[in-house]
Amino acid sequence: MPFIVRRLIFYVVAAWVALTVNFFIPRLVPGNAVEAIMSKFPDLQPSAYRALEALLGVGKGGSIWHQYWAYLVDVSHLDLGTSVSEYPAQVSTLLGQTLPWTIILVGTATVIAFLIGTVLGIAAGWRYGGGLDRLLPGLMFLQAIPYFFFALILLEVFAETFHVFPIGQGYGQGLIPGWHWAFIGSAIDHSLLPALTIVLTSIAGWMLQMRNVMITTVGEDYVIAAQAKGLPNHRVVFTYAARNAILPQLQGFGLALGFVVSGALIMEYVFSYPGIGALLVSAVTSNDYPLAQGIFLVITFAVLLANLIVDLVIVFVDPRARARGATR
Amino acid sequence: MTVAPAMTTELTAVTQEPAQPGWWRRMPTNAKAGVALFGFFVLTAIIGPLVTPYDPGYQNPSPKASMNSPSAAHLLGTTQSGQDVLSQLLVGIRLTLELGILVGVVATALAVIVGVTAAFLGGFWDELLSLLTNVFLVIPALPLLIVVLGYFPNKGELPTILVLAGLGWPWGARVIRAQTLAIRNRDFVAASQETGERTWRIIFVEIVPNEVSLIAASFVNTVLYAIGASVALAFIGVADLNSWSLGTMLYWAQSQQALQLGAWWWFVPPGLAVALIGTALVLLNTGIDEIGNPRLRDATSASRIAGRWLKPADPTPVLSEIWQRRPGLAGFLHSFSRSSLLDTELNKELLDKPEAGERR
Amino acid sequence: MSADPVADSVTGPAADSSVPDPAADSSAAGAGAPSSGLVLDIRDLSVVYRTSIGDVRAVDHVNLALEAGEVVGLAGESGSGKSTLAYGACRLLRAPALVTSGSVIYSGRRVTRPADILKMRPDELRRLRWREIAIVFQSAMNALNPVLNVRDQLLDVIHAHMKMPRDEAHSRTASLLDLVGIPRSRLRSYPHELSGGMRQRVMIAMALATEPEVIIMDEPTTALDVVVQRDILSQIVELKESLGFSVLFITHDLSLLLELADRIAVMYAGQFVEIASSDEIHREAAHPYTKGLLNSFPSLRGPRRELAGIPGSPPDLRNPPAGCPFVPRCGYARPECQDVDMQLLPVTMSRDPDHVTACPFVLPDTPAPSAAPDSQAGELGT
Repeated sequence: MPFIVRRLIFYVVAAWVALTVNFFIPRLVPGNAVEAIMSKFPDLQPSAYRALEALLGVGKGGSIWHQYWAYLVDVSHLDLGTSVSEYPAQVSTLLGQTLPWTIILVGTATVIAFLIGTVLGIAAGWRYGGGLDRLLPGLMFLQAIPYFFFALILLEVFAETFHVFPIGQGYGQGLIPGWHWAFIGSAIDHSLLPALTIVLTSIAGWMLQMRNVMITTVGEDYVIAAQAKGLPNHRVVFTYAARNAILPQLQGFGLALGFVVSGALIMEYVFSYPGIGALLVSAVTSNDYPLAQGIFLVITFAVLLANLIVDLVIVFVDPRARARGATR
Repeated sequence: MTVAPAMTTELTAVTQEPAQPGWWRRMPTNAKAGVALFGFFVLTAIIGPLVTPYDPGYQNPSPKASMNSPSAAHLLGTTQSGQDVLSQLLVGIRLTLELGILVGVVATALAVIVGVTAAFLGGFWDELLSLLTNVFLVIPALPLLIVVLGYFPNKGELPTILVLAGLGWPWGARVIRAQTLAIRNRDFVAASQETGERTWRIIFVEIVPNEVSLIAASFVNTVLYAIGASVALAFIGVADLNSWSLGTMLYWAQSQQALQLGAWWWFVPPGLAVALIGTALVLLNTGIDEIGNPRLRDATSASRIAGRWLKPADPTPVLSEIWQRRPGLAGFLHSFSRSSLLDTELNKELLDKPEAGERR
Repeated sequence: MSADPVADSVTGPAADSSVPDPAADSSAAGAGAPSSGLVLDIRDLSVVYRTSIGDVRAVDHVNLALEAGEVVGLAGESGSGKSTLAYGACRLLRAPALVTSGSVIYSGRRVTRPADILKMRPDELRRLRWREIAIVFQSAMNALNPVLNVRDQLLDVIHAHMKMPRDEAHSRTASLLDLVGIPRSRLRSYPHELSGGMRQRVMIAMALATEPEVIIMDEPTTALDVVVQRDILSQIVELKESLGFSVLFITHDLSLLLELADRIAVMYAGQFVEIASSDEIHREAAHPYTKGLLNSFPSLRGPRRELAGIPGSPPDLRNPPAGCPFVPRCGYARPECQDVDMQLLPVTMSRDPDHVTACPFVLPDTPAPSAAPDSQAGELGT
């Protein structure tokens, strides 16, 4: 079975697991969630309570399998329920408003960080033991700083103190979203600092990872053979070493994506950026379970999709993966 | 008349193992730094809460005590409600480390069980467990953690540990399974199976001891993940806000706008502590890698001869060449370092050593 | 397979301007060697590995000369230093290896004057590599780039050393595969799509791509089954006859060398213990270690005899013992062995005038020591 088909099946299974977990969590967790919500939001419509109960599986409404099936049907219609904190807005509507912001910001910044980090990692790995390695402890430190901590410090220093960047938000106050330059310009302006933060915090990780992979690859027989063949240096570094080292690096990218995205989400909250991360945090703090769960599903699907794209790139680069179902 | 056996014993007395420096000296620098840094924090965690100058929870109602910058009385200043930041920090370090290490232990145990079982049972069970592992690896952990913990009415330490461990084992399980598969196929395991050794004995006596450095690395990684995740969760409020972990400190500092109001001493120390603990763990991991893979260590330490950095891809260095060239600034600076002594020793030994018997 | 397909399809090596012009200066002693004569002269070479637990002397002041067109076998068990010697001479060893003494003088037909590989600058080294000295590695699966197909890897080598228009280079890759008996369709294959034997042949084709003077073969057939092994070895001999390169054949399998090599150098613990023509080694080996090796494999014909291995294991090269390193395992050992300085001495009774051995006490006709420990090692005049 071709590699890609296998991976697709895997992602479908993973998505199904996520859906199922999402369904069962409220039913397995101690405490009465509905009562908690009711106490926080006493003046919701009765229909809202009923919807909540359906979501959380409290009370009647058929057997659990019945509920499960109904749930799956709903999700397939992109009906993720009604938000509690932003009642009566639908969860899917809220997601539709915030998701694009996140994808553009986090997606672009992550890719940029990955590319720069990987190139630096190639250099550091090829020359390991040399000057660049002196930076290593510093890079490790950078990698260990919590994203949001770094974000707040940058925000404080560059936005509030030195006014280089705007202080959070997605765009300037009073602007109306639309496809006109004033808005887009402002949006870009407001995304610079968050993007910079994502790049700075994650670049160390990619560089260290690529460096390690490069070190192993540089010791492989075919690289030594390439040197024995008297090939020009750049050819050995790029076509023989880096092109092979990039494969585990890409796999690592897929796996690390979950963590990078998670960190970026919290950072959105710090910057009050109108993305899905900030929405998640506010949903959780206000016990808006339908919204929180909907967000979790969407984030998971996005990460799975990104992983699929990475798999496609791997197939493109690695002839062995094209041949048969290579195990990751 | 020669008597061979007697001569052999005579000869074996002559050839000895060269004396090796102790295990601390042989540890690569990275690992040493990591051990030292982590050890410092562990020590702080143990002793700290016993020597706090104040009760971390004690609130001083007087407005004059609020948000004070560091002073003699309060080495790290005070919070919004007059609490001593240093005391909170000391308690926080202990709580955070406790949590991280407990999660590490539970998750690593789970990872070893799953990984070894999958590798040993093989076939359908292996496929199933691997599938499960990979699925939980790819699902983003933090959003799931947020949702799950969000349902718990009291987000205390126990639920947090359980949930974090419940999502933290796949990484280690994958790696351990791969290693176990490799070892399992090796001859000595087959041999012990032939002699009828029971499976669980094989696992614990033959296999696990060979994976110690891998398990250690996995443990360190898991602790890193646990600390990072718990701090992030606490920061957004998904934690027991009455406890004094580093994450909750950050939460309260942020909610009171500490940084914006200039009270950096409240916000920066806990974050810095988290960063430093994380750095220590990463250094430890690098060290474990190098210990487990001596070739890596040899390569990185030997890439400098006579003060010159030799790139790994350079042609094999020739001793006479190196000494003939002027070392340059790098070599000059290097001559002040202790390792330059080793260079000299090596070269004296190799160039001047009296040959056994006559040699051209 | 035609005798000289490669020469037919390609304009000669003079087209490459990066190597000093061959034909120009062929006078002067030692320069532009004629068709017979020394190609590679290794003198007093020592290689040390600086490990964290001590310095390992992998190669200890060895001398070896390789003449044009001859096959020299380098025999020894694992860890004897044979690969270290070959790779060290080409400066291909990675850290923590260090060359501590000696010179490696290369004097092929194309170079204007002999040059010491150990003194070359990196760019000179790069031009020398493969063009003059090529290597067939032990494990072709590991030595081939997994992400490039066969044709691209061959082209890499061709373009690195020879100036040639594109289509000429492409047709050369095809004829190279013809040379080693691989169908041309395999040009588009990736290494993982080829069988073990085919991969090894690709390695050989790659080694021949630039018509080198010397080919170092590092256990090229160890990982293959006997039938394929036979095939490939006979192919190597054929190619050597038609193209005229020298071979340094490294292996632990002495029986292979008896058939294949012109001369055999036996290595133990980083030093040579015996060097002689393969005929002579087969007939009358002089050194106890060589005798032991010869006794440890059966012959298909001839009388049945009891096989004997060599008990024990090689010494720890971090602290080499004084005198002869083979003593603990040698049946002929005596107290004087500790003072032996491991110089290679001529074996006067040999039919090979260049037969040398490191053991001053044992001759080809010295009887094997009997089982009893206090056997008389015998009186030998040296």
